[in-house]
Amino acid sequence: MYRIRFHGRGGQGMKTASRLLGTALFKSGLEVQDAPKYGAERRGAPMLAFVRADRRPIHERGTVVSPDLVLVADETLFQVPVAGVMAGVKASTVLAIASQKPENVWRDRLKIDSPIYVLPQSEAADDEIPDVSALIAGAAARLTGLVSQEVLRQAVEEEIAPYGPKAVAFNLRAAGEGFGAMAAGEGSVGESLDQGADSYDKPDWIDLDLDLAATAAPNVYAAANSVLVRTGLWRTLRPVLDPENCGKCVWVCGSSCPDGVIGVDANGYPDIDYQHCKGCMICVVQCPRHAFAAIPEQDAAEAAQAAQMAQMEGTAS
Amino acid sequence: MTRTLLTGNAAAAWGARLARIDYLPAFPITPQTEIIETVSRWIADDEMRCRMVMLESEHSMLTAAGAAASTGVRTFTATSSQGLLYGMEMLYTIAGWRVPLVLINVSRGLSAPITLEPDHNDILAARDSGCLQFHCATCQEVVDAILIAYRVAEQPQVRLPVIVNLDGFSLSFTREPVSLPDDETAARFLPAFRHDAGEFRGGRPASKAVAVIGGGAYSYFRYETHLAAMAAIDAYGEATRDFEQLFGRRYPSIECYRNDDAEISFVMIGSFATKAKEAVDRLRDAGHKVGLVRPFMLRPLPEADLRAALDGKAGIAVIDQNLAPGRGGILHGEVTSVLYGLKTRPAALLSYIGGLGGRDIGVEEFFQIAADVRAAIASGATPAPRLLYTQSELTDMRKMQAVAHVEAAGEELAS
Repeated sequence: MYRIRFHGRGGQGMKTASRLLGTALFKSGLEVQDAPKYGAERRGAPMLAFVRADRRPIHERGTVVSPDLVLVADETLFQVPVAGVMAGVKASTVLAIASQKPENVWRDRLKIDSPIYVLPQSEAADDEIPDVSALIAGAAARLTGLVSQEVLRQAVEEEIAPYGPKAVAFNLRAAGEGFGAMAAGEGSVGESLDQGADSYDKPDWIDLDLDLAATAAPNVYAAANSVLVRTGLWRTLRPVLDPENCGKCVWVCGSSCPDGVIGVDANGYPDIDYQHCKGCMICVVQCPRHAFAAIPEQDAAEAAQAAQMAQMEGTAS
Repeated sequence: MTRTLLTGNAAAAWGARLARIDYLPAFPITPQTEIIETVSRWIADDEMRCRMVMLESEHSMLTAAGAAASTGVRTFTATSSQGLLYGMEMLYTIAGWRVPLVLINVSRGLSAPITLEPDHNDILAARDSGCLQFHCATCQEVVDAILIAYRVAEQPQVRLPVIVNLDGFSLSFTREPVSLPDDETAARFLPAFRHDAGEFRGGRPASKAVAVIGGGAYSYFRYETHLAAMAAIDAYGEATRDFEQLFGRRYPSIECYRNDDAEISFVMIGSFATKAKEAVDRLRDAGHKVGLVRPFMLRPLPEADLRAALDGKAGIAVIDQNLAPGRGGILHGEVTSVLYGLKTRPAALLSYIGGLGGRDIGVEEFFQIAADVRAAIASGATPAPRLLYTQSELTDMRKMQAVAHVEAAGEELAS
């Protein structure tokens, strides 16, 4: 059986990547199982997806614990323990990482002998979540060596068709790019043997002791830790203030914000903490002078980046 | 019949479509919502003729479902976990109304602590509601179970709601190859719902679900509900015989996998039972005579079939993905009562609790369970029920508790 795991953040398209690969493998004559596994079910939150493929019907279930191929769409996930990117990775596991850093950097950093392939990726803005589903799926298909480029194309067309011809064209290009980039690793992923019942690691079962209720109830006694979670990554729309129209009645937008992320700046204008604003747009609706605009997150991020560049150029000259 | 990759949720939507449902009252809850989304898209695109209504809670949703079914329209609905519990009052009530409908439950652990991942405490909380229960292990079974469920539910002797259960994540969000029945064959297996005298009709006023005073009247209605549920065993046998003829797939009430000559049987329900199959194959490779017994129909409990599957075995391990605090595994209790009184009942009957809230059950855990049963057969002593939990899981738990500033956990980690 081939066991393949995709790691990314909500919004990067890892579920789609697993479906593209699953469909491509199914069309190539294999039995397939594919599924996403969400943690927080939120944009930007670490998540994974997996594919199993075999010549026989598949009885195994749940997350892949001993992968033959691991694909990583966001390199920052290596630093997030709950993402579990390296869980069950063994010497024969092939790693493919979307990154601007070369293979030797990853080899030093991860300190493993596994084959590592780097998927070249253009730099994304700090708070942007790029969809790399087809790129990653194309790479995975090539690394398994089980899928032809033609079948990959059919899989992309079938899975992306509901999103329209533009999306199909974009994803066909991306899948081709991923497939092409992994030429050197074609077929490098092997099938791992099934764990036999003759000799196996005995589970380290314990008899759980009774704890006092103060310990054994699901309580968090640590205070003020929610600030560490950048919930701003969940946003798809960004409220942006036009100071010209703002009446500085910050108590209106500020008290209607369910996340309490609207403060007041030195000049009396509302000041949104975009690290934690989830983009509910309640402030946009509540503002009596319609001073907030709802801007698609990607456009807003690009505009912010351009403004920053202009400012830097201005400072340089 | 086309073979295609479908999630369990998509398979449930296809089941509703192939059953040509008339009415769908709905309320969203993870991990079930995709079913309703899929059907609503088909209705919007004119691929299905069905009336869908969003209600304000599962309580109202089940009330609407029961009321609609009592007018003789084919009714379908779906929920999960807290939603099933929120609608629990009406679940018992609509069973008492004696109305046929199909309710999908996508299994998810119960609060508190709240979680999104699967176990069977939600569906088993509805065990005694009077609704029948089918437990699916694959996405294929989800489509097929819905068609079979309507056939059984609509039998004039039965006329009870059927809950078709599929596990969250491991089926709901997992794609597997599914052979989809075509419309014509599905319609041949499941003809239009035939109304009878019990249904509401315009111009024929009736009061339904009236109150009773006095135990004699009350007992009559309750006993009749029980007899109807028991009658579903024969109705199920008839429906699944027809199903096999038309589609070639067998649905015994109790699935037995490599169990005929087995000395040891695993007993499980739901999708993790396929993991048990994998373990059985590898244990067989290693020379151990192990099999799997999986109740597909849990209500009514097909006692004769379950006895036949387990009588004469040397040892049994019941693996429960649920926990009745203060008792243990619910399935373990059911199996024990079924075996009582058999002269050649298995001497070793072991109880395991595992797979709660999405926890995996590893293949090596199945191997160890089989080893435990062998040891119990040899020694004649049955060990205490085991809550599957490892030292590494507890260590991870203590780390999380330390982050949460749970004092005792911090002290334990420091020492």
